Amino acid sequence: MRKLSLPLALALALGACGAEPLNNPYPTAESGRSILYTTFEERPKHLDPASSYSENEAVITSQVYEPLLQYHFLQRPYALVPLTATEVPQPTYYDAHDQMLPASAPDEQVARAVYRLRLRPGIRYQPHPAFAQRDDGSLIYHGPRKERPGTVRSLADFPRLGTRELVAADYVYQLKRLANPRLNSPIAGFMGHYIRGLDALGVVLRAAPDRSGGFLDLREFPLAGARVLDRYTFEIELTQKYPQFIYWLAMPFFAPVPWEAERFYAEPGMAEHNLTLDWQPVGTGPYLLRENNPNRRMTLARNPNFWRETYPTDGESGDAAAGLLADAGRPLPFIDAVHFMLEKEDIPQWGKFLQGYYDTSPIAPDGFDQAIRFAPDGSAELTPEMRAHAVQLSVATQAAISYIGFNMQDPVVGGASAGARKLRQALSIALDVEEMISIFSNGRGVVAQGPIPPGIFGYREGAAGLNPVVYEWRAGRAQRRPLAHARALLAQAGYPEGRDPASGEPLTLYFDAHSTGPDTKALYQWYRKQFAKLGLRLVVRMTDYNRFQDKVRQGNAQIFSWGWNADYPDPENFLFLLYGPNGKVAHQGENATNYADPEFDRLFTEMRALPNGPRRQALLDQLVTLARNDAPWIWGFHPQAYALSHQWYGNVKPHMMARNTLKYRRLDTTLRDQQRKAWNAPQWWPLLGVGGGVLLALGGGWRLWRRRQRATIA
Amino acid sequence: MSAYLIRRLLYALPIVLGVNLLTFVLFFVVNTPDDMARMQLGERRVTAQAVALWKAERGYDRPLFWDASRSGVDQLTDTLFFTSSQRLFSFDFGRSDAGRDIGADLRQRMWPSLAIAVPVLLVELALALTWALLMAWLRGSALDVWSAIVCVAMMSCSGLFYIIGGQWLMAKLWHLVPISGYGEGLAALHFLVLPVLVGVLASLGANVRWYRALFAEELAKDYVRMAHAKGLSEPRVMFGHVLRNALIPILTGVVVLLPSLFLGALITEAFFAIPGLGSYTIEALQAQDFAIVRAMVYLGSLLYIAGLLLTDLSYVLVDPRVRLA
Amino acid sequence: MPTLVPLWSDVCLWLLVLVGLWYARQARRHEPLRAPWRAVRRGPMALAAACVLLVYLAIALLDSVHLERTTRPADGAETAILSVLDVLLTPLRLGVETSYSAPFATRAFSQESVLTSAGRVQREYPRLRYGAAHSAESQGARARDIFQRSATGAVAGLALALSALWLALPAALGRTDRAARAAGLTLLALGVGGGVLLALATRYHVFGTDKVGSDVFYQALKSVRTGLLIGTLTTLVALPLALVLGVAAGYFRGFTDDLVQYFYTTLSAIPGVLLVAASALLLDAYMTRHAEAFTSLLARADLRLLALCGILGITSWTSLCRLLRAEALKLREMDFVHAARALGARSGQILRQHLVPNVMHIVIITTVLDFSSLVLAEAALTYLDIGVDPSMDSWGNMINAARLELAREPLVWWSLAAALSSMFGLVLAANIFADAVRDAFDPRQREFGLTPSAPTARVCE
Repeated sequence: MRKLSLPLALALALGACGAEPLNNPYPTAESGRSILYTTFEERPKHLDPASSYSENEAVITSQVYEPLLQYHFLQRPYALVPLTATEVPQPTYYDAHDQMLPASAPDEQVARAVYRLRLRPGIRYQPHPAFAQRDDGSLIYHGPRKERPGTVRSLADFPRLGTRELVAADYVYQLKRLANPRLNSPIAGFMGHYIRGLDALGVVLRAAPDRSGGFLDLREFPLAGARVLDRYTFEIELTQKYPQFIYWLAMPFFAPVPWEAERFYAEPGMAEHNLTLDWQPVGTGPYLLRENNPNRRMTLARNPNFWRETYPTDGESGDAAAGLLADAGRPLPFIDAVHFMLEKEDIPQWGKFLQGYYDTSPIAPDGFDQAIRFAPDGSAELTPEMRAHAVQLSVATQAAISYIGFNMQDPVVGGASAGARKLRQALSIALDVEEMISIFSNGRGVVAQGPIPPGIFGYREGAAGLNPVVYEWRAGRAQRRPLAHARALLAQAGYPEGRDPASGEPLTLYFDAHSTGPDTKALYQWYRKQFAKLGLRLVVRMTDYNRFQDKVRQGNAQIFSWGWNADYPDPENFLFLLYGPNGKVAHQGENATNYADPEFDRLFTEMRALPNGPRRQALLDQLVTLARNDAPWIWGFHPQAYALSHQWYGNVKPHMMARNTLKYRRLDTTLRDQQRKAWNAPQWWPLLGVGGGVLLALGGGWRLWRRRQRATIA
Repeated sequence: MSAYLIRRLLYALPIVLGVNLLTFVLFFVVNTPDDMARMQLGERRVTAQAVALWKAERGYDRPLFWDASRSGVDQLTDTLFFTSSQRLFSFDFGRSDAGRDIGADLRQRMWPSLAIAVPVLLVELALALTWALLMAWLRGSALDVWSAIVCVAMMSCSGLFYIIGGQWLMAKLWHLVPISGYGEGLAALHFLVLPVLVGVLASLGANVRWYRALFAEELAKDYVRMAHAKGLSEPRVMFGHVLRNALIPILTGVVVLLPSLFLGALITEAFFAIPGLGSYTIEALQAQDFAIVRAMVYLGSLLYIAGLLLTDLSYVLVDPRVRLA
Repeated sequence: MPTLVPLWSDVCLWLLVLVGLWYARQARRHEPLRAPWRAVRRGPMALAAACVLLVYLAIALLDSVHLERTTRPADGAETAILSVLDVLLTPLRLGVETSYSAPFATRAFSQESVLTSAGRVQREYPRLRYGAAHSAESQGARARDIFQRSATGAVAGLALALSALWLALPAALGRTDRAARAAGLTLLALGVGGGVLLALATRYHVFGTDKVGSDVFYQALKSVRTGLLIGTLTTLVALPLALVLGVAAGYFRGFTDDLVQYFYTTLSAIPGVLLVAASALLLDAYMTRHAEAFTSLLARADLRLLALCGILGITSWTSLCRLLRAEALKLREMDFVHAARALGARSGQILRQHLVPNVMHIVIITTVLDFSSLVLAEAALTYLDIGVDPSMDSWGNMINAARLELAREPLVWWSLAAALSSMFGLVLAANIFADAVRDAFDPRQREFGLTPSAPTARVCE
């Protein structure tokens, strides 16, 4: 009877949990509370604003840290508005003789660009032991204490908390941290070109006495390019004109870090328990990181000290009708807590979303058909099943590009010769990007006509934005040029019918790749099909990620797929990927194809410094035309982000640049609890069936045994 | 006895050393410290300087095995292999390449792994023994034949099949258990049902068959015939003699597995999002986090040696004729 | 005129077949070897399983003769090197749709935008290019067509199987006993099943198509070779190592024994998956550095498969070695070995003539027992990204891809079903056969502590 009692006992134990659905993965205590449930796939490596640069890290850091500026939640095109600053700063330019210059001054005259920033007074940090003070004002948890180390395992072991007002010096402190070699800030080298004295500070800090694990008080080290003017005001000085700099001021790299926090985490015994700024951020934002267990979940809780930021009162036309302005002027944030749960596999994540246990979900490539179908006019809409669940869909084209790059230093596909260029052009035509999007991204992408994605200044729509090398404009839409055209180009390039005249064999090209999961095989099969259309042979050189990166870095790759996600919504952030002095091999830059064209480089430097306007547009058109003709990339596509959320999740408007949008969201927990119960009624019959089956088998066994015993006796 | 133990422990030393050397060579030939640095620093705007700093901070800038620029013992000791092995042997696992303390992670992630592995072992043992005993008892009957067929069929299914099928049926279709996840304390209970079930099913067939073979062999022995002749009832023969004697190989087989329970089940943990050591290993492999992989290999080899030792000891305990010298 | 281009794995597989044939010849001549095999032959289940295994082997062997066409492929196939199986299954190989379609479907599984004659873009389920292209679309017509084709196929398959039986059975089996009848029935069933499948497969996608529109049935057939190679070649790597070291350690004892023991304990102390992962990464690094040596995709995938077999072999020889060492320890004290030594035989001679033949039964048992767990391990390793090359057809790759398909609605079940069922068939047959072999060679199983779960099964956890 043991086998029978096991499932029954189990069922009883589970049934005792009450009216909650059996498959609810959360504790009963959490139901009905204003907690947003969402997922993370990979544990964040850094939550320190100086070293964090990944998307999955920004999702956390942007809620906790507040840089000076932010993007307006509702306005489009993307616009910067002040966050902790009182206004968006305008730079003042000076020449070498300290004479003020007008904003239109040419690059080479500008010797200093100064940004003056003023903070809102009264912003306070989250409660944190680093700020806890004694009555005399000295900090409790700083300096040696006898009950530590050893007893401390988490922040909860520090009973006393404190806070402090945000001051200008905290921003300057973080600027200096960017130069700290121990933090390995990914933008240290890049910003060193611009912020005065940052490189020099890095050299000084490297020579600073190595107090291993100890506290390096950056307040003692001056940074020439950052000056505190008063409690709330400071200046940043750049060595050259860089109009895109204000976008950086909206990133967590330029968030304030209090020196007390660094000092606090430098105490002995802290790092051993993962108590570092990298894991336990201290910020002024709407949320604080309450639990950081990257092995299972990370939770954000409302910051009780959050300043009274309010929901924006203005937006695009149509926002009011969409109900996005219903909360206008109300204090943020609306949701009490956010739980990020670890989900490694797509299937469980998607399943739980459908059961109502996640409030939002990206669309897994293969869950796509289940969620989305295309209306007769080609626009995406939700499937009846999704609509029955009243799921909401939001679609936005990302400020990103996914492309196929030709290594321009390769003897076959690279170089500026007419033959190689024609070969690249022919391949650009043959590779059917439309089909690629439809098969491998479920149609979630916009074919790229050049490097600049829609929504970024310089992008042109329709016939004006057509890439004439690959497309022609027919019947009111862009149509890929016929294969015959590609074959002709190939013949002109010296490979008639795709054959290498030297050997008479089909020309063999190499695609360098690394495995990207279950789809890999299908994807490269598809690539080979594309090249075979021209009679070319494609060999996929598959390797692991490191090796692949190595090959691209050393210029040993031939054809490879690559991508770029914008740092900020400016065309400069895309065209610099083709700028010669950014070459990967020669300069370790981001120009992965090592494209270098003097004319392009000249136009780029001019375009870079201009404000958006007709002159800039004209230059951008020239740049894009040049690049299209040289075809160092097969332009690929701009991915579209489709996000699903349940009906009880409010104030959803996709923003491709801002990450700190959780504070605007809203939850209807009553509705959520109702739906979860309705969708997850347990099915008991299978258990009964299994129990019955086991009973039958046992009964049969019993009878057999009895018969045998009788036979033995007889 | 204690002399034997000491000898075995001394014998373990070169094995651990060999394991360490082998993994070190394998992974460092594959991944130079430069690779690791770039992997960890991300791909955007990384400078050579940042890479050098990262290596210096973690001691990866030292030579691997031999430092020709030093003199005397330092040539050997001031190298990456020596220092990191030294730390490993004193159970100081250090920090992972991503910057987290490995020891703390190990201590934390050990429990979920055990929470799956131990119930799987116990439930499986109970079920398989009952079933096998029934089969042996009724050998030759329809139950025996059909059970054998079912067992072979169960053995012939890929483990992935049980996981994927179980999630689809139990969680998605029938809403009986959560699809994946894990909770603290008692809340973990309903997350464990499915992984444990899957774990049991995946290895049940093979074990039932083995146990049945052991029982059948025991039943064929003379003493059983003797017991029957004495007029002992069938249940007394089965439980009093057959089960007891067959338990010896079964238990020694289980004992050798005990230490490895800590290491967790790789794929099960990954699919059910259980924060155990199995998924830890997979994540480390995918992220090519050499520090974690090395710590896991080291731990694995220690546990393996412990398993061997336990087996020897259990022989002594169950069979007084065996003497360890 | 096509020329023969043997891949390395082809050579290995055919070599194995030759070794098998040589062994069969030996077994026929020597009575001690012949007796257990005769016992295996007498089991109806075992003989039926052997028939199934032979069919799998035949598919794998057909897939292991690679030809290069000297003329340029006109069909746009990416490689000019094809196996005989590829050539035989040309309609399946080239019947590529654009994306998913269900078994026997006439239309694609998901909608596509189609340009109508009026110039408007419309979303619809497009008609398949190859699947059921010949038949009318109505349900009745298709069902009739399917029935007719299956009937023709069944008859043809039955006729073929019968003629094969008539030719082969009396010669191979001597007389008709229960086992022979079981084998005959299995062959007939296989003939009918195969006939039906092949007759339908030329016109329909019997197992549907996958994400890029390739026929799933074709993939499942191609995967047979991969699975078989992994199951057998691994043993080929492990065997000599285990045999030489194990027997030598047991016979010579002393320092040799210590060294061998140290060697295999160290290797088996490393968790198997990690060892496989490290070696797979190592291979990647090697191939990157010598990229020019692997110009063809097939050669790359082939080398990777061989390497995987090698790696699995290196991780799995230790358990066999331990068993052989224990057996050799026992054998060296036997009278006939003492006698040989007394007669002045040299060690090499004793090893060759007395020890190795007497441990062969252990080798055979472990080989057949390991086979099925290795086939299953391939799927698990592929999940971890350290399995066979992603471009290679294998059950692991199919299951791996199907993971995502299960989340679709309506369900895309056919890929997973095809992979699991074809793998199940092989593994089930192998398990049944292995049981019979074990019973025949080692009636008292406990002597070697051979557990039914082979050590490599740990990988699948």
